[in-house]
Amino acid sequence: MFRTASRSVRATKLRSKTLVGPSRMFSVSAMRAEEPQLNSLSTFTEEENMFRDSVKRFAVDVVGPKVREMDEKESMDPIIIQGLFEQGLMGIETSAEHGGAEASFTSAIIAIEELAKIDPSVSVMCDVHNTLVNTILRKYGTTEQQDKWLPLLSNSKLGSFCLSEPVSGSDAFALQTRATKDGDHWVINGSKMWITNSYEAEIFLIFANIDPSKGYKGITCFIATRDMGVQIAKKEEKLGIRASSTCTLNFDDLRIPAENIIGGEGKGYKLAIEILNEGRIGIAAQMLGLAQGAFDKAVPYTYQRTQFGQPIGTFQGMQFQIAEAAVELETARLLTYNAARRKEEGRNFTKEAAMAKYWASNVAQRVSGSAIEWCGGVGFTRETGIEKFWRDSKIGAIYEGTSNIQLQTIAKFIQKEYS
Amino acid sequence: MRPSAVRLLNIFVPIKRAVDYAVKIRVNPEQTGIDLNVKHSMNPFDEIAVEEAVRIRERLKDAVKSIKVVTIGPPKSAETLRTALAMGADSAIHVEIPESAPAPEPLGVAKTLRALIERQKEGVDVVIMGKQAIDDDAGQTGQMLAGLLGWSQATFASKVVVDPEQKVANVTHLMVRIIHNISSHAVNFQFFEEPRYASLPNIMKAKKKPVEKLTTAELGIDLTPRLETIKVTEPPKRVGGGKVANVDELLAKLKEAGISGKHA
Repeated sequence: MFRTASRSVRATKLRSKTLVGPSRMFSVSAMRAEEPQLNSLSTFTEEENMFRDSVKRFAVDVVGPKVREMDEKESMDPIIIQGLFEQGLMGIETSAEHGGAEASFTSAIIAIEELAKIDPSVSVMCDVHNTLVNTILRKYGTTEQQDKWLPLLSNSKLGSFCLSEPVSGSDAFALQTRATKDGDHWVINGSKMWITNSYEAEIFLIFANIDPSKGYKGITCFIATRDMGVQIAKKEEKLGIRASSTCTLNFDDLRIPAENIIGGEGKGYKLAIEILNEGRIGIAAQMLGLAQGAFDKAVPYTYQRTQFGQPIGTFQGMQFQIAEAAVELETARLLTYNAARRKEEGRNFTKEAAMAKYWASNVAQRVSGSAIEWCGGVGFTRETGIEKFWRDSKIGAIYEGTSNIQLQTIAKFIQKEYS
Repeated sequence: MRPSAVRLLNIFVPIKRAVDYAVKIRVNPEQTGIDLNVKHSMNPFDEIAVEEAVRIRERLKDAVKSIKVVTIGPPKSAETLRTALAMGADSAIHVEIPESAPAPEPLGVAKTLRALIERQKEGVDVVIMGKQAIDDDAGQTGQMLAGLLGWSQATFASKVVVDPEQKVANVTHLMVRIIHNISSHAVNFQFFEEPRYASLPNIMKAKKKPVEKLTTAELGIDLTPRLETIKVTEPPKRVGGGKVANVDELLAKLKEAGISGKHA
């Protein structure tokens, strides 16, 4: 049976275990433990495969019929959100004691990809909730905070990650939202913009500066519930991922108990940088799923539609275009899953995550654009849902780190290596 | 007066790994069968059977003691068992046959199931099965099993209500309602309920559920096929048919074909 690469690397660390039996057996197993099991990126654990099938069915059966309506109405159907929670898709990596599935990071990536094949809006909701909100609690929350918040996030309450502001996007740490101490509370004033999930969310991770004189080292992460007084203002009308809510939030003397600081005072910038790294692989998975979904919708049509006496997909020009798109899909897939496995192995994955996100969003634009053209007029009408993928793809190059930011990150690594 | 002890139900659900319903099947070059190098999954009617067993438990709660799923198949069939475990079954039995072995036939399957049922120390109260497998469409195994066991059976059920205290299962076929003695009961399912998706936490829990492995030799069963497939071909391509411009032309063509509207 194949094992995942992550499991094999763990096996190479020789554990100090008392082995019963002849010493000959010990040396054989030690030798075997040093050789890593080499797998292709097509290898997944049985659970990961089962999970993929399960999410795929949920996406096709439950999400599929509602995609068009949600896009036209620019609104996420509550049944979909409920379905995500019921399927255990909102606590993928969370421990079982906190109501989660205790599955691998790659399982989360698989879920995000499969959802995106049907609706990238639903996919990003699941992605932000899992890779940003849940992970912050899991990695930086105290035991009390984890016990308090993770079960809520696993079972019923949607989370939102609030970093960007009208004045700060790429320059995230120029944020202006302030937090002032008042006894055992902090009072937050300011506003956030471009916040995903915010319309439906009940739990908000808010980044505010507790000491502007320290610059970015004053940035702190606070966790708040909507009923503490988070004001949801303007909901953006967007080009794509229209069912995913993107709102402006206002904080007007919002009082948050001091125990709601995650990761410690002044640690917000570090937390944000590290978490966005992982989030990048999630977005890469969303863009990959989007591109694959567009491809899967358009290509069968080209083998059915005949012109000049043959299916249009069999003309050499079309064949070459379709083949090139398939190659690009494969490259995006390999970058995404390799970044995910590197993370699981405990390797540095910042550069690879940036590459995956940058490239997958790139591929998504091109493949979804081609998908429209392959289907001609039919691709251009909103009825078939092919054009939606192209509209949805544009955000890939913008959020969770613009393409230029990704390139800058990659360049920094290269400069370090080569100079 | 002491209430009679409620017997806790042990439900048995045989399942089959078959070619996935969405696959476009093709006849193999040797014309001996279909190309099996395609995606396989649990037979959809068996999924419905598993779903029904889990729903019975949801309705009756502790009155259901165990839901056991069984499959006869090559090593890959273990995946199908895991899916059923993830849907809510408690344990599984895998009667493993070699990858190269021919597909078991309904009578062989029924005999194997009988042997397994007789082996169960806790006994089996209800067997719930899918109406037919979508690969052979035989639809015989449940009926044969009931016959071999000497149990009563209800086929093509659309609704089942089990009453453990009365020891009765109320089975609704689309038109007829039959009441069966629960101490011996095999039910064949055609359902209109959607099988659940295996949620991720349940998939992870399924890892820990026990799967017993057995061979046909241990059970004393011979699965040698009794049927010989001579040839498998695709149905003939549809020929003929033409378009007519109006009703008069239609009548003229029908007359040409010798179909007259006149009564004798």
